[in-house]
Amino acid sequence: MHFGPHLLLAALEGLVTSAVLALTALGLSLVFGVMRVVNVAHGEFFMLGAVLAWAITTAIGGHPALGFLAALVIAPLIVGAIALVAERLVLRRLNYNPEATIVATIGMLYIIQQLALTIYGPEARPVEPPFSYRILLPWFGYSGYKLSVIATSALLLIATWLVLTRTKIGLIMRATQYDSETAQAFGIPVGRVYGGVFALGAMLAAIAAALIVPISQAHYLMGQDPLLLSFIVVIIGGLGSLRGTVVAAVLIGLSDGIISMFFSPTLAKIIATLLVAMVLVFRPQGLFGTASR
Amino acid sequence: MTDKNGFFDLSKSTLTRRTALKGLAAGAGLGLAPGFVRYSQAQSSAPIKIGFQSHRTGIGAAYGRWYEKTTAAAVKAINAAGGINGRQVEVIIEDDGTDPGRGAEVVGKFATQHKTDIVFGTLFSHVVIGSAPAAGENKMPYFVVSEGHHVASTKLNRYVFQPGITDVKSQIESMAPWIAANAGKKVTQIFPDFAFGYDHRDYLPPALKAQGADVIAQIAIPPTESSFTKFFPQIPAETEVIYHVMVGPAVLTFVKELGEFYGPNRPQLFGFIDSLEATDINSPGLEFLDGSHFWEGSPRYAQADDSVAQKAYRTAVGIDDNGAAVGDPKDVSTAAHMFGCWETLYVVKKAMEDAGYKGPEDRAKLVEATEALTEFAEGPEHPQGPKTFNGKIHQCFGIQNISKVEGGKLKVVHKTKIEDGLYEAEGDYTTQAL
Repeated sequence: MHFGPHLLLAALEGLVTSAVLALTALGLSLVFGVMRVVNVAHGEFFMLGAVLAWAITTAIGGHPALGFLAALVIAPLIVGAIALVAERLVLRRLNYNPEATIVATIGMLYIIQQLALTIYGPEARPVEPPFSYRILLPWFGYSGYKLSVIATSALLLIATWLVLTRTKIGLIMRATQYDSETAQAFGIPVGRVYGGVFALGAMLAAIAAALIVPISQAHYLMGQDPLLLSFIVVIIGGLGSLRGTVVAAVLIGLSDGIISMFFSPTLAKIIATLLVAMVLVFRPQGLFGTASR
Repeated sequence: MTDKNGFFDLSKSTLTRRTALKGLAAGAGLGLAPGFVRYSQAQSSAPIKIGFQSHRTGIGAAYGRWYEKTTAAAVKAINAAGGINGRQVEVIIEDDGTDPGRGAEVVGKFATQHKTDIVFGTLFSHVVIGSAPAAGENKMPYFVVSEGHHVASTKLNRYVFQPGITDVKSQIESMAPWIAANAGKKVTQIFPDFAFGYDHRDYLPPALKAQGADVIAQIAIPPTESSFTKFFPQIPAETEVIYHVMVGPAVLTFVKELGEFYGPNRPQLFGFIDSLEATDINSPGLEFLDGSHFWEGSPRYAQADDSVAQKAYRTAVGIDDNGAAVGDPKDVSTAAHMFGCWETLYVVKKAMEDAGYKGPEDRAKLVEATEALTEFAEGPEHPQGPKTFNGKIHQCFGIQNISKVEGGKLKVVHKTKIEDGLYEAEGDYTTQAL
């Protein structure tokens, strides 16, 4: 295959990775930005989203698009509810203490993962894409669904941005992120904001998973890679910065797609990790983060 | 015992030295008691303990579950027929997480804690290779059902056996003539970037060369990869056959993305069913496979010419004519591999009977008795087919099935002969000290 089409394929693959990664990492970034909680179980909420998407599409049947749309709405809601319960039962009782919440979310990771193994089983199960249009380019075929994932993800990111910057809920969230004690003094129910943000973070991961599951199946270990990549994205982009998260996700996704296609996937991972190290050394607050006060 | 922040505070605990001692004494008493009364007639009636190193979690979990089902069915049949040397068989399962480090620990645990008679049941080649030294050190006979060439390469040690499933090198040699004659002469290989894939990487090119065909490209894919489209541009345009062998949960994605990439104008496909074990061949996106060919150790779908033994085996394990669990058509088995668990247990039974095996002190005798075996006849104990066994390299050789995907089923179109897959032994385990 010639260089041009080869690069196009690499870029398309990279953009799909970026799209899903941006949504997942945004959830992680929000939770950290507002609550100062490092959510190690974030990848498991991603996995839960995929597993539930499978369960919902299987239960509904009929035209694949019907089940898929239902999954895209219901799966994140269920995951959000589970996250809210976890937040109320565990994180709140630890007073959001940074060290304690890391240990607690590691515990959640294992509990969710093993429950999924027990209830859902060890198989990788497929979800039928809502439509299976194959775009025929002169050099290769490409899945139309994958392109729609990029578009959907972009729309969702814009929606999240609008919520954060243009609505009262967004204002409250930003106020809590900026200074939770002062926010509380002004009558903002910080506890409830925390609960909502934790649920929202998990829901974003679940949406990303529901989008990706028709491409790569639901499996109980699928949360590990997104977690790692999300951390990389969030560190590079700057914790709590929406713009930074999106830019870093595109950067990591594209470099992963292109480097792993022209060189090797291992090299792509090495470079991403190196980038994290460099950012931590030279700009610890991340590319777009603000230095902590 | 919690402070105002809700943290546990041990300094305020009321555990005194006296209560601690009482607790310890009670615990020790409980621990001793059952050992005291159990099996006072020594070995005559105590069960034979088989340590089952199972991939209960990790990337091998789907295989692990079906290996457990097959093992349970075989043990039930063996026990119903009187056990081994008149003793019942008990299986103790430990999860190795499909991880080589954990695998070695599990073998150690079987040897020192459970004190099992043998260890059995491992599939993934990196776990076998990681665990084999521990088996050797503990002088623990280790019967694997792995398919890899590592046992027969004689690079492991005298305690490791693979008597229930043919190794990859033999499979490839027996099938290469069919691939060259029926699929095509220019072959591109896609394989996982670890031990099992390397067997394919190393043995397919010479086997095809001997048949006048060539491997024109080899593409190694990291086992943790979850997206594959990026690798496909490396497939040369003149490729006539794509030879694929993939493992792990992402295999379905692999086949789907191959379909999206090529569409209807694809090269011929020859795959190891490992790429789709435990996966319904009629899953969305797999229509692309229609007309392609697969290796199968034992056929997943019931065939018209199935033997009585094969039918009885399928019933005992609980799989229907489509190779799925009876009562749950979505729960597809790992039929191409798991028969090896059944057959291996019958080999262990035969060897233990030949050795007059009484207990762990006879493990060396068991090793020698296994090495003395030469042939396993087709029948209830070996439902996949007849096999020969080479005691010097601890490996069995059987027939292989090449199946075609037709109308959403796999139909066996070619069976190899045992002689097709025999090769020169690379070493001799029997010269090693016991």
